[in-house]
Amino acid sequence: MMTENIQNIGKSSINVCSNVGYAGIFLLKTIFRKPRLVKGFPLLIKEVFSVGVFSLPIILVASIFIGMVVGLQGYNILSKFSATEQLGQLIALSVVRELGPVVGALLFAGRAGSALTAEIGLMKTTEQLASMEMMGVDPLWRVIAPRFWAGIISLPILTIIFCAVAVFGGHLIGVEWLGIDAGSFWSNMQSSVDFRIDVLNGIIKSIAFGFVVTWIAVYQGYATVPTAAGISRATTRTVVYASLAVLGMDFVLTAIMMGGW
Amino acid sequence: MSQASEQLIRAENVTFNRGQQVIFDDVTLSIPRGKITAIMGPSGTGKTTMLNLIGGRLKPQKGHVYYGDVCVGQLSRKQLYTLREKMGMLFQNSALFTNLSVFDNVAFPIREHTKLPESLIRDLVLMKLEAVGLRGARQLNPSQLSGGMARRVALARAMALDPELIMYDEPFTGQDPISMGVLVKLIKRLNDALGMTSIIVSHDVPETVSIADYIYVIAQGKVVGEGAPESLANDDNPHVKQFMHGLADGVVPFHYPAPDYEHDILSEA
Repeated sequence: MMTENIQNIGKSSINVCSNVGYAGIFLLKTIFRKPRLVKGFPLLIKEVFSVGVFSLPIILVASIFIGMVVGLQGYNILSKFSATEQLGQLIALSVVRELGPVVGALLFAGRAGSALTAEIGLMKTTEQLASMEMMGVDPLWRVIAPRFWAGIISLPILTIIFCAVAVFGGHLIGVEWLGIDAGSFWSNMQSSVDFRIDVLNGIIKSIAFGFVVTWIAVYQGYATVPTAAGISRATTRTVVYASLAVLGMDFVLTAIMMGGW
Repeated sequence: MSQASEQLIRAENVTFNRGQQVIFDDVTLSIPRGKITAIMGPSGTGKTTMLNLIGGRLKPQKGHVYYGDVCVGQLSRKQLYTLREKMGMLFQNSALFTNLSVFDNVAFPIREHTKLPESLIRDLVLMKLEAVGLRGARQLNPSQLSGGMARRVALARAMALDPELIMYDEPFTGQDPISMGVLVKLIKRLNDALGMTSIIVSHDVPETVSIADYIYVIAQGKVVGEGAPESLANDDNPHVKQFMHGLADGVVPFHYPAPDYEHDILSEA
């Protein structure tokens, strides 16, 4: 009984290690290859469209609500200190530093990541990837790489849009509804948000999240067990692993970036 | 002619295991150029695995698979992909790209491997589709095709680059009698007209026997019988006999291995 348990621990850790190894090799094979710009670029544009543009509605709706909620909550707390004119600063900093990159990445994992995994997984299940290989076309190049780069490009752009719309949502609540002076709302925001320390760091975060989320999504799709249950498991895994990875990495990145604040 | 030029494919002493399970145990076979060779055997004997070994998607643990003079298992990734441009493969479930139309499916390998102008690609694709009788279906999506039509489109796509070798993985499975007849004719006609080499992996005995020039029967990891279709029909090997005549019980037992029936029934669950 005891030895069996120890064996199982060993077995599952070997599994985890080999999976991480496979995912790493897969990543290297996807990234390090001679780019074929003439043929690759249109594919990339198409994928940026399907990964990025289709994620736009959920990002827009979520960001305006998050901006409004932060506005309400912030106003409520700040009014206790009679510091409501600082609301602009509060909204901008919390959105640009944390909420934008993190919530954006979580939504992206749910919307685009799961779609990528399911699409690639289904292509594998129906032997489309195998038939591509047998035609002498490398699916890593033709299918995986454009989707991977599209994810890394899309998420930062989506995050920037997220932040802008969320600030606008906060403005709606703070200035239009609760009647904070628009001048102090914007000027406090301007004076406290630093481009390099806050905005750029937020974008760096979102690039890192885009990398991790898309990597997990395309790998889970590529490594799908080719059955219906396999696809559903892979899709679930993408959302779970990607969300956890985003939150964990956010902590690490925040700890590193905190020095500048 | 030397042996290498007569035989397009040679598998020499190939051993392949999947985990503990032995798929092939020291199998040797050769596929002659310009002929239709069938690899037959019960389901689950690794017939498809043999195609994957030839296509280089799997590597044998022991032995070698030669394509002409090159050993498939020893090629670099790039050489392997170049070699595969000379092969076409028809997958069991057709494996059409679901996001592309019939036309674009057939055009896919041409677009990927050549820099031909679009007008020429159009002509080529229409020629291939005409050969399988689906020129009129070029605008349809794969989801709008019946199983038999999908397989014909896949066939047109597999021969888009005029391969030397075309491999059919269970081409007749799940087809109604009409499309089965169409496929049998097509395979034979294309092989003879274009001078291709064809490998058919199948367990549909009558259809395969009607067009194959040479047949290998594989069972339990070994080649248990080989020869021209007529001679195989009279083969005495019990495996071959049971398979070719579709007998329910024989060396391959009707029952999956199980404990004693009486004992099993009477014992408490």
